[in-house]
Order: sequence, then C-alpha cells, then structure tokens
Amino acid sequence: MSVRQSLLALLEQGPMYGYQLRAEFEQRTGATWPLNVGQVYTTLSRLERDGMVAVVDHGGVDDRTEADGEAGTQSESGGERGQVSYQITEAGRAEVAEWFSTPVPRTQPARDELAIKLAIAVTLPGVDIGRLIQQQRTATMSALQAHTRTKRAGRPGALVGEIQSATEDLAWSLVLDSLVFDAESEIRWLDHCEARLRRASHQTKTASSIQPEESR
Amino acid sequence: MTAVLHLDNVTRVHGEGATRVAALRGVSFTARPGELVAVMGPSGSGKSTLLNLAGGLDTPTSGSVLIEGVDLSGLDVAGRARVRRTSVGYVFQDYNLIPALTAAENVALPRELDGDSRKEAREKAMIALERVGIAEVADRFPDEMSGGQQQRVAIARSVVGERRLILADEPTGALDTETGEEVLRVLRDFCDAGAAGVLVTHEARHAGWADRVVFLRDGLVVDEAAASGAYGDPLEQGAL
Repeated sequence: MSVRQSLLALLEQGPMYGYQLRAEFEQRTGATWPLNVGQVYTTLSRLERDGMVAVVDHGGVDDRTEADGEAGTQSESGGERGQVSYQITEAGRAEVAEWFSTPVPRTQPARDELAIKLAIAVTLPGVDIGRLIQQQRTATMSALQAHTRTKRAGRPGALVGEIQSATEDLAWSLVLDSLVFDAESEIRWLDHCEARLRRASHQTKTASSIQPEESR
Repeated sequence: MTAVLHLDNVTRVHGEGATRVAALRGVSFTARPGELVAVMGPSGSGKSTLLNLAGGLDTPTSGSVLIEGVDLSGLDVAGRARVRRTSVGYVFQDYNLIPALTAAENVALPRELDGDSRKEAREKAMIALERVGIAEVADRFPDEMSGGQQQRVAIARSVVGERRLILADEPTGALDTETGEEVLRVLRDFCDAGAAGVLVTHEARHAGWADRVVFLRDGLVVDEAAASGAYGDPLEQGAL
C-alpha cells in the first residue's frame, strides 16, 4: 500500500508531525489499514533521504527514537514536546502529481488466498467444495453486513456541519463502499463458482466434489 | 418476542407426477419485530414462493404460516385477504402504483379498502409519506415522480395503517446504486422502528442491510449469515 505517497500528499496541506500525519491518514480511511507511528517515521526518514520532504522545525527532543520504542510510551499530543515536523519539497510535489495522474497498476494482481484455496480444493478428492463455498459466502456476507452497519452509524467522531469534517466523512464512506463492493464481488464470484461446479458435476458422473442436496 | 412472520416446516409442491416440483422443502423461517431478514438464492431456489406464502398469496402443501400469531391455514380466502390488508405490506421491483391516482391516493387506498373514511385514510397516508420523507410529492401522479420517489411511495403504502410485516421483492432492482441505497435506508428505518421486513434480493450489497441473511437453494435453507458483532469490524476497532 502506498503509505509513502499518501503521507507525501497529506503534507501538501502544510508541514506536519508524524502523529498528525497518522491522524490525518486515519481520518480519511477509517482504521481499515492502521498505521503505526513507527511506520510513519520510517517512511518520513526515507522521504527525507530522497529529498521529498525537509525537516523544518527542531524543538528539543527528537521523538523519532521514541517512536521506534514501546507503543505505550508514545505521545499522542503532536508538538507539545520537542519534535520535528516535515515539509514537502518541490520534488515531493512532483511525486504527488505523478501519483495522482498514474493509474494503480492492476496487471500484476496481488495473491488471492481464496482463489488459490478454491483452485487447489477443486483438484483434490475428498474436499467438500460445496461446503467450502457456502461457509466462505456466509463469512463474507457477515463482513458485508458489518461494513453496511458501520456506514449507517456514520464516521466516529465526525463533527456535523463542518466542511472539513464533511469531506473527511465522504472519504471515509468511500473507503467503506470499497469494502462493500469487494465483498459483493466476492459473493458473486462464489455464486458463479458454485453454479459452474454444479454444472460440471452433473455433466461428468465422476466429478463428485460437490453433491446435490438429495444425496446428502 | 413473538415473531411477526413464522413459517413452520413449510413445503410447497407445484404439479404432479413427472412435472412435480418442490419449490420449498420443509423450510422454517421467522421475522421478528425490528428485524430485517434478507433472502438470497439463485433463480428457482424458492425465494418468490417463500414471499408469496408469507403474504398469504399462496398456501403451503404442508406446514403452517403464521402472521402475528394467526395461522393462515385456518382462514378462508376473505380472512386471508383481511390479514393482507391489515398486517402485510408489499413492495415490488416495479413499484406497482396506480397511475391514475396521486401519491397520497395510492397510499390511502389500502386504508379506504379496509373501511376508513376518505379523510381518515388521507391523514394516515400523509403520516406515512412524511415518514418516508416525501410529503411534498403527495399530490403528484406516479409519472411526475422519480423512480426513487415512486418506490418510497410504495413503501409508504406498504406500512400505512401500522402494518407490521413488509415483504419486499427486489425493491431496488430498477434503481441506480445511490437511490437504491436510500430506499433500503427507509426500509431499514421502518424495521428499526418495530416492523418486521423480509427482503428478497439477488444483490449481496442490498442483503448487507439486513440483520440476517438466509440462503435458499433448491427449496432448502442452506445457510444463514448474521452481521459480525460490533467489535468484529476493522473500522470500529480503530482509534478514531
């Protein structure tokens, strides 16, 4: 996931501390893909090394070392103690512009455990693939219901009537929609697999991995 | 809590001999007050048969159908029609509004058929239209309304007079994604307010609005999904 580009894009709003960046990221995406603050600072160090961001403000204590330590000792209060904040450079702005103008590559899809599981199961005797599909569909449906419920409840902590909050609400609900559509598409694919397997088992008497209800 | 709708071991067979088809085979199903239950399944799985039996439009070959505790098999045709008028509301994919009547008249019609005066029926219709958020189109005819508005009128008609069982057959099928979602939100709100809803759909995204999802296949309930608990969702676990 493009943590690097996301953080860089958020820095276009103005200089920020690591904690602020994490909060800004999560306000838009919910906590679907939680970032730990160590990850934020590691990314910022690399961005600094690559000339995409510059450190603008040195207070007293640099909290980068602490960020790598115990989670319980992390400060949630941005710049109260001496911290560094980061500002985007021209090169950074160019990378952000490039990111927004280039489609996310889809030709090399990520490994999909479910598709692999089904592909293996369908070739092996003794796997009840009908049951496998049904159980997965139920699990995916439960997740879809939970996403819908979360969406109905609205973004936690959203402030009604504030413009900033309204655009963050929109961003948040679009991420939820993405989860809903993903789940829906998985269920449709499972329905499709089930129909194809049933047809196959009717056509070839030998294929018995999915059994009609009558014979159960 | 007493179920608003209860199907007990219901079988429905169509035809005889070689053409005999069991559309439902020993299905038990309930919808309680405050609950929206979605029914999903491929074509021919028995979804429509279940809905027709639930609404008293069809009778089971064996087993019983109870609406608010009343066994429909003990009623004659007129008795079942009365239960339909007073307890059951239908929402169809194509709205089924009467084109020559305004929104308010469409919604008031079931109440007038049930013996309310025109004035009483109109008052109840206006309350129902307000609840679905479109009181302003009360005096418009169906062809003067958008699809989303027509479906809201249909939902208002299905609940007018405090009917507590809403049977919805692909209610968002003819609507775009966003309008469909608004219609589901209205349906959901009625269930949250105490009605029991049955939503037949082939779209998982719509079934996502339900408390429970029942999967039918070949006339049997093969599985049931319920929303994972509040703490099962990644978005709710975060430190927002």
